[in-house]
Order: sequence, then C-alpha cells, then structure tokens
Amino acid sequence: MPTQRPRPWSRPIPPATVIARALHLAPETFWMVVKVLIVLLGPLSLAALLTWVERRGSAMLQDRIGPNRAAILGRWRLLGFPQIVADGLKAFLKEDLVPPHANRVLFWLAPILAFLPAALGFAVIPFGQSFQSGDRTYHMSLLDPGNGMGMLYPMAIGALAVYGVLAAAWGSNNKWSILGGMRASAQMVSYELAMSLAVLAVFLTTGGYDPHEIIESQRGLWNVVPQVVGFLVFFTCMFAETGRLPFDFAEGESEIVAGYLTEFGSMKFALMYLSEYIHIVTASALVATLYFGGWRVPFVADPGPILSVLAFLAKVVFFAWVFVWVRWTLPRFRYDQLMRLGWKVLLPLSLGNFLLQAFLIYRRG
Amino acid sequence: MIQTGTASLEPAMSNPVAPFLPVLILLLAALAMGGFIVWASGWLLPRLLKPRNPQAHKLTPYECGVPLFQQDARRRYNIQFYLVAVLFILFDVEAAFLLPWAVQFKSNLASFGVMLAFVATLLVGYVYVWGKGALEWER
Repeated sequence: MPTQRPRPWSRPIPPATVIARALHLAPETFWMVVKVLIVLLGPLSLAALLTWVERRGSAMLQDRIGPNRAAILGRWRLLGFPQIVADGLKAFLKEDLVPPHANRVLFWLAPILAFLPAALGFAVIPFGQSFQSGDRTYHMSLLDPGNGMGMLYPMAIGALAVYGVLAAAWGSNNKWSILGGMRASAQMVSYELAMSLAVLAVFLTTGGYDPHEIIESQRGLWNVVPQVVGFLVFFTCMFAETGRLPFDFAEGESEIVAGYLTEFGSMKFALMYLSEYIHIVTASALVATLYFGGWRVPFVADPGPILSVLAFLAKVVFFAWVFVWVRWTLPRFRYDQLMRLGWKVLLPLSLGNFLLQAFLIYRRG
Repeated sequence: MIQTGTASLEPAMSNPVAPFLPVLILLLAALAMGGFIVWASGWLLPRLLKPRNPQAHKLTPYECGVPLFQQDARRRYNIQFYLVAVLFILFDVEAAFLLPWAVQFKSNLASFGVMLAFVATLLVGYVYVWGKGALEWER
C-alpha cells in the first residue's frame, strides 16, 4: 500500500489522507465511504429542503404567508424553516394504520420500494470536478468514470420507481389508489420513450454515455444550445416521470383524493412523499448534467473542486425551483391530453431531434 | 473486441464487478435506512408512544365520506393501460437497439443509412399504431 511509504516532509499530506489514516482506512476506502454518505444524504437533505421551498414558494406565488408557526423553542421562526422538523416529527408520531382490506406485505413494502430507487438514482452523476490530491485522483461521483453503465444507470433506476407506486396502489386495495397507480404506471412508461430518445441524441453527439464524458464534451458549449428541442422534451418528460403538476395524475387531489397515497399515513406516507422529492432532485441533476454542463462554470475552463460543486448545486437547486414554480403556475391537464402529448407530440419530436443530430454529424463528416 | 470509441470505458472490462461495489454499499445503506424508518414507524414506536385507536369507520377503504360502495377495489380496469404497456415494450426495445448505434456512430453513409432503415421500420409500426387508434384515449 502506498500509505505505508514514509513521505518527505516537503510535500504536504492532503487532508483527506490525514482523516483516512486517523480512521485506519485506505484513502480510496475513506473517499468511497464519504461519497456513499454524500450520495445518500445529499439528495435526501435537498429533498427535505425542497418540501420547505415548495410550501414557502407556493405561498409566495399565491400571495400568502405560508407556514410560519413552527419555531425553535417557541421563539425563532426562521421563515418557517423549522416546519421541516415539525413535519417529520409529526409523521413519526401519527398513528400508523394498516387497513384490514389492504395487502399487508405490499403495504409494508411499498414505502421501501419507493425509497430505494430514489436513494440509488444519484450514484453515477458527477457532482463536481475530479481533483488531484497527493498522487491520487478523486472523482466526485460514486462510480468512477468508465464504469460501463454511465447514464443508463439513472434511467434504469428511475424506471424502477414505478414498482413502489404500483405496490402502494395494489396493496392499498382502494379504488382511488388503484386508479392512481394505473395512471402513474402508464404515464411513466409512455414518457420514458420520448425521454430515452432525447437522451440518445446527447449520447450521439457525445459519442459515449458516461456522464464524465458528457460533461467533458460540453467544455465549449452546453448541450442545451444545439439540442434545445431535446432539452425541452427531456424536461417535460421529467415532469411526467416525477409526477409533478402539469402531469400529477397519479395523485390528482381534485380527481382521485391522493391517488396511490390515499390509504397511507404516518412515516410510510412521509417516506413515499420524500422519495418523490428526491426524484425531483435527481431529475434536476440529470437535466444539469445532460444539457447544462453539469459542474461547469461559464467562461471558467477548470473551476476546481469547490467552485464546481457549488456550480452543480446551484444548477440543481435552480431546476428544482423550476419544478416548484411550474407546479404553482400551470393547471393540471386531462389524462387523454397527457397521453396525446406523450405519444403524438413528444415522441415524434424527440425522434426528429435524434435524426437531426445524426444528420448534422453526418454532414460535418 | 468491439471498438467503443471511448477509451475510458476500458477499465470496466478487467474486473466486471469491482466498480459496482459502491452501488452495493449504497443499496444496503438505503435498504437499512428505509427499512429502519418503516420498522420504527410501524412496529417500534406504536408500542412506545403512538396512539392506537382503530374504529369501524377508520378501518374501511376511504370513500370521500360516503358509505362504502364496495369492499374490494381490484376489479377490471381499462384495457388501454395494458395496450400502452405493450406498445411501450415494443418501442423501448427499439430505443435500446438505437443506443449502441448512437455511441458507435461514424459519419459515413453506411452508418447513417443503417440507422435510417431501422428508424423507418420503427416509423411503420408507429404509423400503424396511430392509424389503428391505439393511442386514442376516451375522454
């Protein structure tokens, strides 16, 4: 192991190595543990923040005040920020009811099935520029570049989210739940096509599907400029995939109560609710990676680890805010409009974008 | 061996499982976390401090407040959902076939023509499905 070799004092030992030695770990192992924690807890905390942003943001857009009662020790209200903690605490203390008409196994399993794909989705997305420290290269994504899965991984994991929804719907044995689950699965499946064709166009121009390569290829120009159609299709599909408001037929309050969440309560509900927000964070990260240069900063060739992480975070937060913004701006469509948009508008559009990109590359020679 | 066009894809070939170890750790961590939350909320805390107050009305399926119409909700549903699922399988497999082509694309006529022919067959199926009205949803 290189850690055993005595270092000359003239070369500074990187801080990560110092912590790794203090924990009796190899720096690679230490960095992997750190990344697992970041990838698991980062989107989770962003999602928790997003619930607050959603409530305060919607209040802002609707000229209301929003949650402002929860306060730390009854004194510090912090713009309703403690509401996150209050909500979580309340969810933990509510009665956890498993209805007798439900399928017990599926009812218990559904929140975990919903949470797993949400928690796993972030694994390949680079959240910062790889940096050199000592004689090692540290990559800011859980999986190193060249792992062979690339951007196929978040798409595959994102597609698994439908199982949690279906398990919740079928397990609840409530007509609203089953309607919501059926709608959600058909909707996710329909928009997956347009989404994957839009992403294929990015793979085509990149010549690979590794996220590090995709970001590298956006060195001069972000993908959003040459592929604005692909971006619009992809972003629209993300709204359908995450079940956000122009397309939230899985839980349209005015139609089917709360859809597949109708029978859920307590922390089971909170976990599924949180998973949806994690999906929004992941979707924002995907949009940033595929079309907005990931961690790249405009006019800065190599932003370095700190600036690149901040840039990536800023992009993710911005797109997450767009999700909230759109929700409180647009009304809900009808379900037949959703299906028509997905199959008859977005699918031809993304296929056309794919062919156009292929043709442009062919012409360029 | 296939020319991948991207040199960075090579290391995965030497040991096919090792690069995915972090994902396994992440999966176990997420499983432990989700499992613990559900267990704590549904088993542990109810025995310690959660209220437990089942009533006859609370235990029936939620029905917007009107008397229960039907206990079991698992009935026949619209065939259209099934149709969409079948169509999705067809088109998604075709999209999956396009992936290796997209990554391998060389800008010559043969490469471009092969893809055009493939997309043409896809379009024939798409036009047929559209013409048959399989994409129509009743309002």
